Amino acid sequence: MKLSNAFFNSGEWLKGDGPHNQIVISSRVRLARNLKSRSFPGWAKKAERLQILEEIKPRVESLPEMQDAFSEYLQDLTALEKQVLVERHLISREHAAKSIGSAVVMNRKQTLSIMINEEDHLRMQAIRSGLQLKNVFKMIDKVDSALEAKLDFAFHPRLGYLTACPSNVGTGMRASAMVHLPALVLSEQINQIVQAVNKIGLAVRGLYGEGTEAMGNLFQVSNQITLGEREDEMISRLNKVIEQVIEHEQNARKMLLNKRPATLLDQIGRGYGILTHAYSMTSKEALNLLSFMKLGIDLELFPADCQMAVDELFMETQPAHLQKGTQQKLAAEERDSLRAEIIRDKLKSFPKPDITKVEGTGSVTEDQKNDE
Amino acid sequence: MVCDVCKTNQATVFLTQIVDGKMQKVNLCESCSKEKGVTDPTGFALADLLLGLGAAQEIEKSGTLQKCPACGFSQADFKKTGRLGCSLCYDTFSEGLNSLLKAMHKGTSHVGKVPARLMESLQFDATMKTLQKELDKAVGQENYETAADIRDQIKHLEKKTGSNP
Repeated sequence: MKLSNAFFNSGEWLKGDGPHNQIVISSRVRLARNLKSRSFPGWAKKAERLQILEEIKPRVESLPEMQDAFSEYLQDLTALEKQVLVERHLISREHAAKSIGSAVVMNRKQTLSIMINEEDHLRMQAIRSGLQLKNVFKMIDKVDSALEAKLDFAFHPRLGYLTACPSNVGTGMRASAMVHLPALVLSEQINQIVQAVNKIGLAVRGLYGEGTEAMGNLFQVSNQITLGEREDEMISRLNKVIEQVIEHEQNARKMLLNKRPATLLDQIGRGYGILTHAYSMTSKEALNLLSFMKLGIDLELFPADCQMAVDELFMETQPAHLQKGTQQKLAAEERDSLRAEIIRDKLKSFPKPDITKVEGTGSVTEDQKNDE
Repeated sequence: MVCDVCKTNQATVFLTQIVDGKMQKVNLCESCSKEKGVTDPTGFALADLLLGLGAAQEIEKSGTLQKCPACGFSQADFKKTGRLGCSLCYDTFSEGLNSLLKAMHKGTSHVGKVPARLMESLQFDATMKTLQKELDKAVGQENYETAADIRDQIKHLEKKTGSNP
C-alpha cells in the first residue's frame, strides 16, 4: 500500500477517544534497538547502512501487525510527505532529514511506526489517543519481542540495550504523553509544574519534542533516564505524574471559572471570534486559538459534537497537512490565507460560546474588582 | 622524582588517569597523598582536583587505546557528535562512559527487559551447570544408574536447544 493513501485517513490517535482525552491528547512509547556488532547509522558507511536496512526491513514487514502496512524508503518520500509524518508524530524530525539508507514502516491504523536507521538501527513507537501508556507499552513490547527472535540486538549484560546515544542506553525506552494545559498556562502555574516534574527526573518539552516551543498550550511529558529503572516501573511512575498534572489542570480550570470567569471567557471568545473571521493566520496563531476553543468545548461552552472539528483543525492547520491537498508548494502568505479559509469553513456552523454555562458572569468578579 | 604538590619530598604515589582521551599523571609523596585524601584512585578527574581545575597536564595523547577496534570510532568523534560508533564502543570507552552514565541515569546497571533468547541461554547455562554437578556427584559416589539418567537428561536438553556439546 502506498503511503500517499494514508494521508487521507488520519491516524487512530487523532480521533481523540482515549481515556482522559480532554487533557491528554496522546500516549506514546518508543524503543531504541540496534543490531549487534554493527556500526550505528550515524557512523556506518553507506554500504553498511544499506545492508542493515535490507536486513531489518523485510523482518519488520513480516510482523503480523504490519500486514498491509505502509512501507517506504525515505528517498522515495517528498519533503511534504515527510513533514506530514512529522506533524502526525509518526517519524521524528531527524528521520525526516534522512534519505538513502533509511526507511519507515507503519501500520494502517498509524498506531505503530518503525523507523529504520534513524539515530539507532530501529526506533519503534506505538501511539494511541488519551492516557493509556500501559497499553501502548504492551503494543510496542510485543513488536520488540517478535523482532528480537529474528534479529540479533545489541545487548550488554550490565548496560542493557545499547544505543547510539548514551542517554538512551538500558531500556532504550522513551514514554511520553502529550497534554493540553491551557488553564495552567493562563493562571501562570505552568512553570511551577514544569519545575516540579523536572525535579523528579521527567522532562517537559514542546509540541515536537526536544528543543521545540510549546505552542497551543501543548506539552510533552516524558521520562529522562533509561538506565536503572524497569520499563513497567517507569511507565507507572510517569502515569502517576500525568494523573497529577491532569488534576492540577482541572483545579486550575475550576479556579479560573470561579475567580476569573471574565479572563476565561475573554480568551475563548477571542479564539472563536478570530478563528471564525480571520483571513490570514499563521500555524502558531491557529494552534494557540484552537487551544482555547478546545478548552471551551471541555467547559461545555460549545456543544460536545464540536470537538471532532476542533481536534481535526489542530492537525489540518499544520503547514504540511495544509499543503497536502494542494498540488504545489505554497508560499507562507498563501498558506496563511488558505489556513484561515479552512478554519472559517470548518467552524461556520459553530454556535457562539454559551456563556450561561459559566457561573458568576454578570455579578462582580475578581477581574472586575481589579479594574476598579 | 619529586612530589607534584609540595615539590620537595620524594614521590612514592603515582597516579595515571585517562580522561577524555588525555592521559594525566600525578606523582605525590606519601604525606601529600594522605593530605589530599587519595584513597580512591579511580575518582573522576582526580588529576584535575589535585592540580587545580583546568591545570591538568596533557602529557600524552594515547592513540591506540582510544579507537574502537570494531568500528574505528574515536573519543574525538564522540566529542563532536555525542553519539557512539557501534555497540562495541561501550566496551572500548567503558571507563569514560561509566562516569557519564552515572551522571545521566539512575544507576549504572540495567534492570529492565532482557531479550528472550539471552534469557533462555542464561537459564540453559544454569540448568546445565546444575546437571553437570549432579552428574559429577553421582559418578563420585559410583551411583552409575543415576549418572546414566543425568547424562541422558543433558543429552536431551542439548538436542532440544540444538547446541553442540
